Amino acid sequence: MTSSARAYGILAEYDTPADIMHAAEKVRDAGFRRWDVFTPFPIHGMDQAMGIKNSRVGWFSFVGGATGYTLGMLMIWFTNAIDYPLIVGGKPMFSPHAAFPPSYELTILLGAFGALFGMLFLNKLPRLYHPLLKHRRFALATHDKYFLVIETADPKYSESDIRQLLECSGCKRVEMVEE
Amino acid sequence: MSEAALPSSIKIAPPPAELEREPLVRNQRGIGWLSDQVAAIMEGKTPTWWWMAFVPSFGFMSLLGAMLIYQISVGVGVWGNNHPVMWGWDIINFVWWIGIGHAGTLISAILFLLRQKWRTAVNRAAEAMTIFAVMCAGIYPALHVGRVWFDWWLFPIPNSNGPVWPQFRSPLMWDVFAVSTYFTVSALFWYVGLIPDLAVMRDRAKTTIRKFLYGLFALGWTGSNRHWSNYEKAYLILAGLSTPLVLSVHSIVSLDFAVSQLPGWHTTIFPPYFVAGAIFSGFGMVLTLLVPLRKICKLEDVITMRHIDVMCKVTLATGSIVGYAYGMEFFIAWYSGSPYERFAFINRAIGPYAWGYWIMIGCNVLVPQLFWWKAIRRNVWIVFILSILVNIGMWFERFVIIVISLHREFLPSNWSYFKPTWVDICTFLGTFGLFFTMFLLFLRFLPMIAISEVKGVTPQADPHHPLGGAKEGGHH
Repeated sequence: MTSSARAYGILAEYDTPADIMHAAEKVRDAGFRRWDVFTPFPIHGMDQAMGIKNSRVGWFSFVGGATGYTLGMLMIWFTNAIDYPLIVGGKPMFSPHAAFPPSYELTILLGAFGALFGMLFLNKLPRLYHPLLKHRRFALATHDKYFLVIETADPKYSESDIRQLLECSGCKRVEMVEE
Repeated sequence: MSEAALPSSIKIAPPPAELEREPLVRNQRGIGWLSDQVAAIMEGKTPTWWWMAFVPSFGFMSLLGAMLIYQISVGVGVWGNNHPVMWGWDIINFVWWIGIGHAGTLISAILFLLRQKWRTAVNRAAEAMTIFAVMCAGIYPALHVGRVWFDWWLFPIPNSNGPVWPQFRSPLMWDVFAVSTYFTVSALFWYVGLIPDLAVMRDRAKTTIRKFLYGLFALGWTGSNRHWSNYEKAYLILAGLSTPLVLSVHSIVSLDFAVSQLPGWHTTIFPPYFVAGAIFSGFGMVLTLLVPLRKICKLEDVITMRHIDVMCKVTLATGSIVGYAYGMEFFIAWYSGSPYERFAFINRAIGPYAWGYWIMIGCNVLVPQLFWWKAIRRNVWIVFILSILVNIGMWFERFVIIVISLHREFLPSNWSYFKPTWVDICTFLGTFGLFFTMFLLFLRFLPMIAISEVKGVTPQADPHHPLGGAKEGGHH
């Protein structure tokens, strides 16, 4: 390896969801911050095991939905009552009832975009390059293996301590990953 | 909590064997097996059955293209629509196709909120069905305006025709918003579900082009739990948003009829009745597609007989709601005391189109009642045939509502007998070509089973289950 290759972190591989969950609890309790768990499917209870707070995606969706509803109402009011007043069956120029269905659909439309883009924004995706994606065994993270990574950027990072912590957490394989 | 509180000498006995539910994935298939089995459909040589289905589908799709070009260049008169039946096969097929889509959203969204774990085996294919069915549906309203180059008038786009805007009191305008939102949100929901599975395909890819394309659309997904946390929240919100969406779309489609003053259309029961009918027809189509596919793609361990059984039960339930609605329509027609309303309904049952009405009753009311019997729900051949009858019945429901209500209106001088032209028939056949072409491409290039979701509902995925690695007497 060239001297320019820096270490990204320590990668530990596990065989079962229970093993990685116990390992995550240990890493959480040891006070690490820059670490993560990689699994082929979301494991129920892993958020608590890692100490992750409730996701903030909901706020993005809420803002999207509120924008959609307001936009819909304003658009219909402006187009049918102000810019080109249109009399239909002698009814008021604007009534919220008739304007509701399109505004409701726009609420859902922009709320859904808010959820998608909020999720991508919070996850910093798309990110087409990632040090882990180069790693030989890491492709199994989408197949049937479970990985735990502690990054070198973590303030409490110490290779020997982490190796000891991970090795006694029931993992079979501990490897270094390069940047 | 309760288990931890118990002394270790006390063990909780498992339920007796006869109360044990059939597992969602049969034969204790492991987590790796699921990716291998589902990805096998997309890897390797293109199977013969695929070409045998694709070539005729592509041929029919080309027929659709020819029919649309012919219709646009000659005019909407090449269809059978004429006074008084100004809405004919175009709107029948629009409502039929869009109704089919509803089962996909029911499975992906409503059953997700209801925590029906069996949905994971069928939701991806059902969502794909939704998107392609809405594409087929969308062709008709876009084309039936006659001059398609003015379709952009449907959208509130600033224009140079003076300040002229769409008229938002019309349910037809609501429909524009409902259907376009439905298509967009269904596609988003489908794509969000696909991201982790595209990463599965990326990580298995052997060729550069596959690596590049699956990698591009997987957006760099790694399976990080910090990502899963936001992802699951986004998925839940999308399910929560799609649920009122799917209920509103067919309600608004039904308002296209119910807001008018025509006997047979002017009915308050329409929105819930249309939604139930849509889900009924959609489950018919899901069964039509998945019963053969589970065999061809060797997925009987994932789409099990339990899944078929449950979907038959949903078909039975929604079919019964539809049957109730037919009865209630007749009751209200009599109870309203309106002679026009009474005539419209008696004319349905014994008028010149009575054959269509009785096909509808036979296929939509009587056929699903066979699903009360477990032996029928568990026989794939019978299920397949009945699911096709359900689709036929639901096509005739729209035929009954549209053509029978229009063909004899208030003045007998306005009565006539509607017949489709060859262009109507070829266009409809062509939409099947479009649908199956898209569906076959989907089968060949995208995972037809939501791999990561099915993995998540296996016992191997549960950290508190012995198969998931839980040790006896562990602290959980």
